Amino acid sequence: MFYREVGEFKTSYPQDSESFGIRLDKYGYYLVLFVAFALVPFMINDYWASAVLVPFLVWAIASLGLNILTGHCGQISLGTGGFMAVGAYSCYKLMTSFPDLNIIFCIILSGLITAGVGILFGIPSLRIKGFYLAVATLASQFFLVWLFNRVPWFYNYSASGQISTPERSVFGILVTGPNVQPWAQYMICLLFAFGLAWGCRNLTRGSLGRKWMATRDMDIAAEIIGVNLLQAKLSAFAISSFYIGIAGALFFSVYLGAVDATEAFGINQSFLVLFMIIIGGLGSILGSFIGAAFMVLFPVLLKNILVGWWEWDAALATHLEFISVGFLIIVFLIFEPHGLAQLWRLLKQKLRLWPYPH
Amino acid sequence: MKVRKLAISLATIVSLVAPPALADLVIPWLSYRTGPYSPSGIPAADGFADYFTLLNERDGGIGGELVKIIECETGYNTQKGVECYEATKGEGSLVYAPLSTGITYQLIPKVAVDQIPMHTMGYGRTSAKNGAIFEWIFNFPGNYWDGASIAINHILDENGGDISGKKIALVYHNSAYGKEPIKTLEKLAEKHGYELSLIPVDHPGLEQKSQWLEIRRGRMDYVLMWGWGVMNSVAIQEAANIRFPMENFIGIWWSGSENDVIPAGERAHNYKALALHGVGTDYPLYDDLKTYVYDKGLAAGDGSSVGSVLYNRAVYNSALLAEAIRTAQEMHGVSDITPVMMRDGLENLSVTEEVMTSWGLPGFAPPFEVSCENHGGDGLAMVQQWDAEAQEWNIITGLISSDKEVIDPLITEDSTQYATENNITPRC
Repeated sequence: MFYREVGEFKTSYPQDSESFGIRLDKYGYYLVLFVAFALVPFMINDYWASAVLVPFLVWAIASLGLNILTGHCGQISLGTGGFMAVGAYSCYKLMTSFPDLNIIFCIILSGLITAGVGILFGIPSLRIKGFYLAVATLASQFFLVWLFNRVPWFYNYSASGQISTPERSVFGILVTGPNVQPWAQYMICLLFAFGLAWGCRNLTRGSLGRKWMATRDMDIAAEIIGVNLLQAKLSAFAISSFYIGIAGALFFSVYLGAVDATEAFGINQSFLVLFMIIIGGLGSILGSFIGAAFMVLFPVLLKNILVGWWEWDAALATHLEFISVGFLIIVFLIFEPHGLAQLWRLLKQKLRLWPYPH
Repeated sequence: MKVRKLAISLATIVSLVAPPALADLVIPWLSYRTGPYSPSGIPAADGFADYFTLLNERDGGIGGELVKIIECETGYNTQKGVECYEATKGEGSLVYAPLSTGITYQLIPKVAVDQIPMHTMGYGRTSAKNGAIFEWIFNFPGNYWDGASIAINHILDENGGDISGKKIALVYHNSAYGKEPIKTLEKLAEKHGYELSLIPVDHPGLEQKSQWLEIRRGRMDYVLMWGWGVMNSVAIQEAANIRFPMENFIGIWWSGSENDVIPAGERAHNYKALALHGVGTDYPLYDDLKTYVYDKGLAAGDGSSVGSVLYNRAVYNSALLAEAIRTAQEMHGVSDITPVMMRDGLENLSVTEEVMTSWGLPGFAPPFEVSCENHGGDGLAMVQQWDAEAQEWNIITGLISSDKEVIDPLITEDSTQYATENNITPRC
């Protein structure tokens, strides 16, 4: 009744190709942006920033990145943790080698460095597919983490092998280090998440995105209609790694402040991001955010309800958390194999017809 | 239904954010009763909780104030540790004891900003011993560099003071924790002329075949271990598999508990580990624990870990914190102290033989004093050896001192570097 195309007249081509064609969609989008940019920063405290929203945004960026590669271009990667490590360590090296360089540029440059590394590890994708590619990227995961442990130059020869972020500010406002205000920490992540999601949306609607999707759906057919597979696959690897590198840089500099390559960027993180996009929805931007929210926020919520509210034993609650997250993953995969984003799509379909479903 | 659930969740979040009533002495304990580090985390969490339950039951708390322990499960995971810290710091938390070097590194800058002291007993960042720079961090009574030096000193004693040309391997958890002693061991290698091999084991340490093959092929004379969780018991079993002489295998104090040696059975006989404190339950404190805690059914765990090394370690840790609370209460003349007062209490802590007797733990550990310059105690430890037949640890040496000549310059160097990186002016 309210949610439908009928009655909305498009009078120009730009209007016709808008991202959000339906008025209600567009208002919803503006509302979310308004809440995220104008309301949340004033209400946020330390706990919400460092335990809830910042990790959510960082993981959302990482899953956006993996979604480009896996969801849009169809190349499976298990190297996400390793690529995040590249982002984090390049950010650290840039921050410490060029103390005057603005942190924003450090983060973007780390993304670019990761993109380069991503292309390098993406080369095998031209010859191998599917599970074999997954194994090849798995090698990159182990190699990169090993490298950052093995070569002391990467962690500036510190005794513990950890890297820790120096204090940096943007326009005089601290964004890294222990003295940072929660809203500043949140805002820098939000700006990156918004910019990257916006970029991702437009990329996937353009010719590059269509090439990726053609490659995903059937690479031989894509080649026959004139898609350059080399270009399509390597650009997917590069852009995906760029996103993941930025996520890694933010993960290190803004979120945690000190990381250890083995623990922070292990194989678990690669699987975590893969689960996010599978549960959220392959090839969907909303899905990346929903998946990140589910994998990162659901355990925190469950913990707060069980331990904080019902005062359960902390260990029991943790075990239950493992069980229920695993159970829900199975449930979602059985009932909605296309991810949570598909539920949203179905809901929109239904809304278009409501209240006369026939 | 959905609306109600949502309301409950929202209410939870709101209640979590709202400032709580500050009545008791609150101490958060970042525990890990789940995951691959739980063999080490469970006894420690039980000991910590039981000691404060005893104080509440027997003495009515400390100075008339009840102690409230908030246990927060981290699974030894840094990100969860941060979440726990943020969730508990607003509850009036007096002091943090994360029992994880990774989480410690994470929290060092944060606690300084939030002005909450952190006590990392025998773990964490070694150079935090320099209290002039690390105002809020305490790592008494000993640290990893002391541990490394004490282990080498023990080997020196066994070899009549000459270990040049000996091959010593360090098997370590590939993390900030395991990497801590490397620098000290390298410096000591220069001094004593032994050959050091570094053998990392990745988290969680269930697979160590190749590492022990390397040790067998290299014909190592001694193996030192910086392990934690399941890594310890796997290492001891692998050492037994290659028939490595157990008396030449020495673990740090975190690699020497019952859970680590029992899985290897008879073959773990004679395995050695460093000891910060006495072993067993042969102390008057345990009578009180039995009367006031175990018999009343108030024990935190199932009782299986009582008297184990890590349980004792946590009891020792909580006794030190309780003593620091008492010191702070006396200094400031109030019973309901703040984290800032707690810091003063920790910095003026003096643990003498009489104090330990008053805890019911006479002769349990060496006496020491904390000062503004020295947040790390004297760094004394003993060596304990496993008796597989009697299933008990025996202390086999007296107190061994570390090589301060080597360690002190390293601490000054590392802490000064931290101070310049973070613009800290030394206090004292």
